[in-house]
Amino acid sequence: MRNYFIGAAIAVASVGAALALGAIMLLALGANPIAGYQTMFSAAFGSAEGLAHTAVKAIPLMLVGVGICIAFRANVINIGGEGQMVVGGLFATSTALAIPGAPAVIMLPAILIAGMIGGAFWGAIPGALKAHYNVSEILSTIMLNIVAVQLMNFLLRGPLIDPGEIERGTRIPQTARLPESADLPMLSESLNLHSGILIALVAAILAWVLLWRTGIGFRLRSVGLNPAAARYAGMPVKRNIIIAMTLSGAMSGLAGAILVFGSESHRMVTDGSSMGFTGSAGFNGIVVALFGALHPLWTIPSSFLFGGMLVGAHSLQRVAQVPSALVIALNGLIVVFVVSTEWHRKRLQNKPPKVKDNADNAASIDGAQA
Amino acid sequence: MSDILTTTVIVATIASGIRLATPFLLASLGEAIGQRSGVLNLGVDGVMLLGAFCSYYVVLETENIWLGVLTGIATGLIMGLFYAIITVPLRAEQGVSGIGIYLFGLGMSDLLFQKLVGTPLPIDQFEEWPVPVLSEIPIVGEMLFQHTPMVYIAFLLVPVVAFIINRTTFGLSVRAVGESPESADSLGVSVGKVRFATIMAGNSLAGLAGAALAIELGIFQQNLTNAMGFIAIALVYFGAWRAPGVMAGSLLFGMIGAIVLQAKTLGLIPRAWSDIAAMAPAIITILALIIVANRFRQPAALTKPYVRGD
Repeated sequence: MRNYFIGAAIAVASVGAALALGAIMLLALGANPIAGYQTMFSAAFGSAEGLAHTAVKAIPLMLVGVGICIAFRANVINIGGEGQMVVGGLFATSTALAIPGAPAVIMLPAILIAGMIGGAFWGAIPGALKAHYNVSEILSTIMLNIVAVQLMNFLLRGPLIDPGEIERGTRIPQTARLPESADLPMLSESLNLHSGILIALVAAILAWVLLWRTGIGFRLRSVGLNPAAARYAGMPVKRNIIIAMTLSGAMSGLAGAILVFGSESHRMVTDGSSMGFTGSAGFNGIVVALFGALHPLWTIPSSFLFGGMLVGAHSLQRVAQVPSALVIALNGLIVVFVVSTEWHRKRLQNKPPKVKDNADNAASIDGAQA
Repeated sequence: MSDILTTTVIVATIASGIRLATPFLLASLGEAIGQRSGVLNLGVDGVMLLGAFCSYYVVLETENIWLGVLTGIATGLIMGLFYAIITVPLRAEQGVSGIGIYLFGLGMSDLLFQKLVGTPLPIDQFEEWPVPVLSEIPIVGEMLFQHTPMVYIAFLLVPVVAFIINRTTFGLSVRAVGESPESADSLGVSVGKVRFATIMAGNSLAGLAGAALAIELGIFQQNLTNAMGFIAIALVYFGAWRAPGVMAGSLLFGMIGAIVLQAKTLGLIPRAWSDIAAMAPAIITILALIIVANRFRQPAALTKPYVRGD
């Protein structure tokens, strides 16, 4: 009980501090912070349309965040969400283009599974490199993000491009309108809310079950907490690192597939950067997961909060001419605040403060390397 | 092929490789200093972006390039102070907090650019400064001694950093703190002070790298660095935490970039395949990491916050 209270208090304090700094930034930008936050809040949560919009923005954040929970719990720092989303989107898109005539009952599972396989593949590579070759997953995932973006640009400018773009000579790097049987079913046409949110919620619940109610999850968390002890208990540490990265990548890949098939244009488009496709969800998902205390179920409200911030930022841009990049900067500050208070939170929560263990846990992201 | 690979083309490619290597070199030298003291800074790209914007803006307003360079360094120093407070006294997890710094720099530089400038106006660029006498040497002079001042500064910093790390008392403290902070502490070296110094020095070099990039290109735009800062971190591993190794890695990267660019200009790579060619640096980095990870050992205390009294 005391631990929950401390955890919650620190989370609230982190957001409070970030919002306070955000208010200072708004002031500096010549906007009234109170009116600004009101605009953001009512745009994101004040109406049915706003809530639906927030939910759609929350989907990739929730899925990536759930994947981050799995990886970080196993002490694997997956920074490759961006690349895994891109590859998941590409796998799903290629699948839909390969079986254009398939009915929705076959098409929908096929594209979602293809997305997961794509992301899982892109996550398994750094997992294997860490497990077998001692390569820091932080660096390899970042490099694979770069490779994924170039792969997307290559495929969407060449093999996957809309034949119409070549005929017209416009050559916009995008696919043709994808088969209609692959459109994600709408929960509400008028609110523009598709069923991706249900998929994300199910994924979050399944991830919780996996981590806390199955043997696989127990082993992942054991390896994360203390690799040496896990190895002594007979757990295959290397295999668990790969499993964690694969599952984490699968979640991001699913997010990428949903981004494509839940989009209003029903095409995969590139503007040349990963951000153009993912909206930085691969990075923001880390913020969401950290803010949800690396717990898949807490990731749900957390992703709505950050999805709402994205929606709010867009209306703030329209109303008060404050660039929406403000939210990216604020997200960065929230990460910094959450992580900076982590060590002190653990010390407060563990009644007999065993300083050394805490420091080691918090610090040894390269546990397997050391 | 042979008539394409004339001396002029080769010389121009090598010269452009050296120029392209410069921001990588500055940023990765800074990162190497931090890592030798046991601190991983994943936020380099964010610091570079902020440094790039601030120096761009100062040059745009004052038309004084060197004031812009100083602004880049100052921006790095401030971000370094911020990161040092987070990682040293607050003992934040370094991998993730660095991503926070990255997001902050990415968002903040874009925010400021849109609010203060809006359209990407060009600024004054560095002028070439041929080294007297040496630049007269045929071929070699053109490759090595007809560059902008920032190129010379970056490459002169290599022996300076190597000397400080390997031959001075301060450098000894840095290495001790990075390998065994407990021993360093017991001998009276202040782990916190050394790490504050290395983090701030490293970040100021990241800020300088951003300034060098913006003034070299004469422009700023959203996400100008395009993950260069992350590659700079990988180059530190590539160079096995040593200044000459880091320089070799940066040069290799610059050269690959220059060759791809030159091949595109000459039409050796079809346009459709240029995206594939752009993967080369990242893939080579991964391969290099595989080799380096098993051959060299990283500083033992890397990413570990120091808590006295265990």
